[in-house]
Amino acid sequence: MDKLVAQYSRPAHQNEFYSEQEQQDLNESLPPLSLKFSMPPIDNSASFLRAMTDDHSNPSCPIKIAHGTTTLAFRFQGGIIVCTDSRATAGNWIASQTVKKVIPVSRLSRGEDKPSNDPTPGLLGTMAGGAADCQYWLRYLSQQCTLHEIRHKRRITVAAASKILANLTYAYKGYGLSMGTMLAGVTPQEGPALYYIDSDGTRLPGNLFCVGSGQTFAYGVLDANYKYEMSEQDALALGRRAILAAMHRDAYSGGFINLYHVKEEGWVHHGFDDMNPIFWKTKLDNGEFSNVTSEL
Amino acid sequence: MRGPTIIKAEDDKTRQLNKHTLMAFSGEAGDTVQFAEYVQANVSLYTMRNDTELSPAAVSSFVRGELARSLRSRSPYTVNLLLGGVDPVTQEPSLYWIDYLASLAPVPYAAHGYAQYYCLSLLDKHHNPNISLEEGMKLLERCTDELKRRLPIDYKGVLVKVITKDGVKVMDFDNDRVVRSA
Repeated sequence: MDKLVAQYSRPAHQNEFYSEQEQQDLNESLPPLSLKFSMPPIDNSASFLRAMTDDHSNPSCPIKIAHGTTTLAFRFQGGIIVCTDSRATAGNWIASQTVKKVIPVSRLSRGEDKPSNDPTPGLLGTMAGGAADCQYWLRYLSQQCTLHEIRHKRRITVAAASKILANLTYAYKGYGLSMGTMLAGVTPQEGPALYYIDSDGTRLPGNLFCVGSGQTFAYGVLDANYKYEMSEQDALALGRRAILAAMHRDAYSGGFINLYHVKEEGWVHHGFDDMNPIFWKTKLDNGEFSNVTSEL
Repeated sequence: MRGPTIIKAEDDKTRQLNKHTLMAFSGEAGDTVQFAEYVQANVSLYTMRNDTELSPAAVSSFVRGELARSLRSRSPYTVNLLLGGVDPVTQEPSLYWIDYLASLAPVPYAAHGYAQYYCLSLLDKHHNPNISLEEGMKLLERCTDELKRRLPIDYKGVLVKVITKDGVKVMDFDNDRVVRSA
């Protein structure tokens, strides 16, 4: 009899949802999605911000926002490749060459926080546009994803996570946010999923995205050689090569190549490597970049 | 193009300067053809007077000089040029990238305008000075495919010319290929 009951009843934890009241209390204890920030005492804060930061129309503007990047992500048969450069620029100034533009989102299911070579469960977000906006809002998204995981006892889907971010950027549309981000993850519900979200409020699912000032250069290499059926090794090499192309041609991209692979078990880091030796190795071994001369 | 209208879809935006030198141009309407034909006429005048064929290097220096002179005048020519040729003596091919500010750069491959952003990374990867004509045409096709895929403008096909030691030849090119995006 017990056997029969066990067969037709659900696993014990499936009925352990919070009551309606408890859920409402939980929701009300949280800050609302559209957070309230104190605004400067100016009629039109958005146009004030633009006047202060837009160095395209005013090269002597007082605030130079960290901009300029190349990031790419593409889906293939073995999961998703995410690759970025590591340069942060503020105007013509290279502010940093060691930025980590791939940001892990939702780390709860990882359990422990020790470095390891095993895949780490969770989503990955990429950072392009204003560095502060991306870091801040991806951290906020991470918090929301973790809360989702606690409330619903399962990991958030990439579709849902990307929608949280897109709704947020849309709520702040016109306030001067600047971000172009990609969210990548593999979930049991969706399989490998990749979304592009930007500060205009655009949210697009897709197979292949490049974001940032070096996007065109990365697209050039990626489009010509991309195949969904390619092997993991080829995909990693193509991701790295496409970023290298952009780092070489785009003055606002450079530094280190940051490469990740997202698969069913989670994401795996495949190195944060200086572009310079990689560039010269590519040139001298494969005869590419023939416009650069290696002798004086 | 004039405003929102295409006036002619198959305009030849090149001029042959001598037997083995060809110049492609883009830029301000009117300026482009005027400047190209001015250069064309002066190159043949020089050849008639001195009975010598100018090498591509010599032609490129002349063109750059003329652009630099024009740049400092009251109405400068706004033209960007790609000048390719084969030296009649050494038989060496050469390509020069020249812009409206009269910069001159000898390069293995080149583009002007938005095409630079999409094609140069491709050429960085796939170009090699030793490739055959056939491989070169394949590489060109990769470039036009990428432009069809990513440029918001439909540029109605390309005209392909090849310069060899025997002169300039128009190549067949399939402009109706449909390109699918990933």
